[in-house]
Amino acid sequence: MTASSSNDAFVEFERVQKSYDGETLVVKDLNLTMPKGEFLTMLGPSGSGKTTCLMMLAGFETATHGDIRLGGTSINNIPPHKRGIGMVFQNYALFPHMTIAENLSFPLEVRKLGKSEREEKVKRALDMVEMGAFGGRRPAQLSGGQQQRIALARALVFEPELVLMDEPLGALDKQLREKMQFEITDLAHRLGITTVYVTHDQTEAMTMSDRVAVFDDGIIQQLAPPDTLYEEPENSFVAQFIGENNTLEGVVQEINGEVALVKLDDGELIDAKPVNVGVGDRTRVSIRPERVEYNKDRLKEGTHTIKAEVLEFIYMGDIFRTRLRVAGNDEFVIKTRNAPDQVRHEPGSMIEIGWLPEDCRALDA
Amino acid sequence: MTDTTSDGPMLAADGTPLKKSLARALRLQKMRALMLIAPLLLFVLFSFIIPIFSMLSRSVENDIVADTLPLTVVELQAWNADSGELPDEAVYAAFVADMVVAIEAKKHTRLGTRLNYEQTGMSSLFRKSGRKIKRMDPATDGPFKEALIDVDKKWGDVETWRVIKTHSPRITNGYFLNAVDMRRTPEGAQAQPEDKQILVKLFGRTLIMSLIITGSCILLGYPVAWILANLPMRTANVLMILVLLPFWTSLLVRTSAWKVMLQQQGVINEVLVWLGMVADDARLVMINNQTGTIIAMTHILLPFMILPMYSVMQTINPSYLRAAKSMGATNWTAFWRVYFPLSIPGIGAGSILVFILAIGYYITPEIVGGTKGVFISNRIAYHISSSLNWGLAAALGTILLAVVLILYWAYDKIVGIDNVKLG
Repeated sequence: MTASSSNDAFVEFERVQKSYDGETLVVKDLNLTMPKGEFLTMLGPSGSGKTTCLMMLAGFETATHGDIRLGGTSINNIPPHKRGIGMVFQNYALFPHMTIAENLSFPLEVRKLGKSEREEKVKRALDMVEMGAFGGRRPAQLSGGQQQRIALARALVFEPELVLMDEPLGALDKQLREKMQFEITDLAHRLGITTVYVTHDQTEAMTMSDRVAVFDDGIIQQLAPPDTLYEEPENSFVAQFIGENNTLEGVVQEINGEVALVKLDDGELIDAKPVNVGVGDRTRVSIRPERVEYNKDRLKEGTHTIKAEVLEFIYMGDIFRTRLRVAGNDEFVIKTRNAPDQVRHEPGSMIEIGWLPEDCRALDA
Repeated sequence: MTDTTSDGPMLAADGTPLKKSLARALRLQKMRALMLIAPLLLFVLFSFIIPIFSMLSRSVENDIVADTLPLTVVELQAWNADSGELPDEAVYAAFVADMVVAIEAKKHTRLGTRLNYEQTGMSSLFRKSGRKIKRMDPATDGPFKEALIDVDKKWGDVETWRVIKTHSPRITNGYFLNAVDMRRTPEGAQAQPEDKQILVKLFGRTLIMSLIITGSCILLGYPVAWILANLPMRTANVLMILVLLPFWTSLLVRTSAWKVMLQQQGVINEVLVWLGMVADDARLVMINNQTGTIIAMTHILLPFMILPMYSVMQTINPSYLRAAKSMGATNWTAFWRVYFPLSIPGIGAGSILVFILAIGYYITPEIVGGTKGVFISNRIAYHISSSLNWGLAAALGTILLAVVLILYWAYDKIVGIDNVKLG
């Protein structure tokens, strides 16, 4: 990544720290560079510092240390209303005493635009979110999804170059959320807006973003496109946090180029791809349930296999989910596609499982 | 809905029809609820609603003339009050007959007092004449016309009889006319003589001062409520105790404290003189006038403004202000266009509360108001306890109640009562 070249950098965090009480850091040494037009998601459990980062960017919190730049200029000392950043809030924050049209007109009014120009822009913004007929209503008369669209339109109506969204879909039901995820990304890409999106929902982050910054403990654990994040997690927090994951603990015995031999705690040997670990280190081996193979014919010659006892077989329609006991771990899951020739393992039976070494990552313990 | 089976209505477990059993269960619940509120209901009924209605009914009630002088009232009906001539002998005879009975029952002085509200001198006329009429025998001592005029020449004055006739009906608007500085005369309602016109002015002053007090409470209370609503819960609770502190101190103590503060030899004047801001011989007069009443009552009623404001402001999501700022509004615009409109229900609730309390306030104006700073309620109290003109007091009270209800109605029309939140 050429993230450090600041030519195309639009949003930059440089060595940013934030503390509320002067004793603990909520954000520790944040460095982040975003090019124009990118959809970046800050993902993390609550208390990981992601919302604080967003609020610092919006100007509602000041950084204790470090520099935040927008379009090359430092915005540390610029008050929020002069930053020109659109923002969508968790509970929409639509002004209840104004109609929808008045809500949308508000940012234009404070910018002292003429009446006809305001009406023109409000209409265009409402049409953009397919809410043209609702201008005269009050926020309370709209459903959650409709309010969400209005909040989006209001954040975009004054044509900001950067839009921040703080868990905007958190209050919607699952179906509506999926629909809105698509609408938001579609809109963002169509208008070419740079977007910073905060969520704790990993599916949302995976489906919407160009890149995802996984936050934990005030640090970005990994910043990568969704597929990289899922398939090549750099540490066990990311591996655990993104998607379903099986872990086995052990010690790295030897490393031969791209393959490490890991001795699990119960003595079994397996192959894995070493990531940031050296020989003799304790490691947490991570493998996705759908990458586990039980059919020996499909495994490469010479791959290490490991014995497993079938504990539970769950029929889920499109897939089968089989829970195994592997190397003392009772929560080891494999997922297989429901195909005509697929084997349904009986609980209590013993099988042998293995995987391609590149699918199995030996991460930090 | 049609849950009945073919062999009859649905039955409860014990065999009674379900509907009956449900009604019984609900009746029990209703009875229990009624029982729980019954003590308060009875208490309010007997100690509040009934006394208030009996009090208000006194504002139009005027039985005393017709009860004390039944024969006279009948005879007076034939007399034309506008003729300018005295009533004939029959009226005088009936009057003496009535008076003898009344004097026996010692009711004639009360009648005098009642008529004295309408015309000064009536009280002493009745008292003085009573002693002499007592010795007359209505059956034998006629004719009485000359005899009575002999007793007091006021009985030879047409005006005296006109007053008696005017106030003989059992239902009167006289008290209400008095309450608005008018009086009932045989020619109809007329303005009181100018030196007696004080009540309308007093009503006006009460309204204007209550408005000023409400306004000062809004100005002083709004920032306090805002700070309380925006502080962390713990700090806000501590500060809330300070706001509520006045509630735990006796009203009388607080009002007297203002006397100490505001009087000409008081704390504020002494400090101002010491600082040289006020000359020693030109000390500010801040007590026993309207200023004193306004200052003391603003202080006393302030919590009633802060509490509803605070509870409304607490519900205003801080993200509204942030949203406004993110859209380019300055702090002031964000406050004025977004926060302030959302806090109006609190201002409305506080204002109604403070205004209605202020308009009927009694103790504080009584203590610090002097003569210029008293309210209509002080006048009502005076008529209840000193002049004993309960009819007028009741009429004043009824008007006060009506004014409050009209203002409440107007508020509902202008602001909307739905916009009022007390918590």
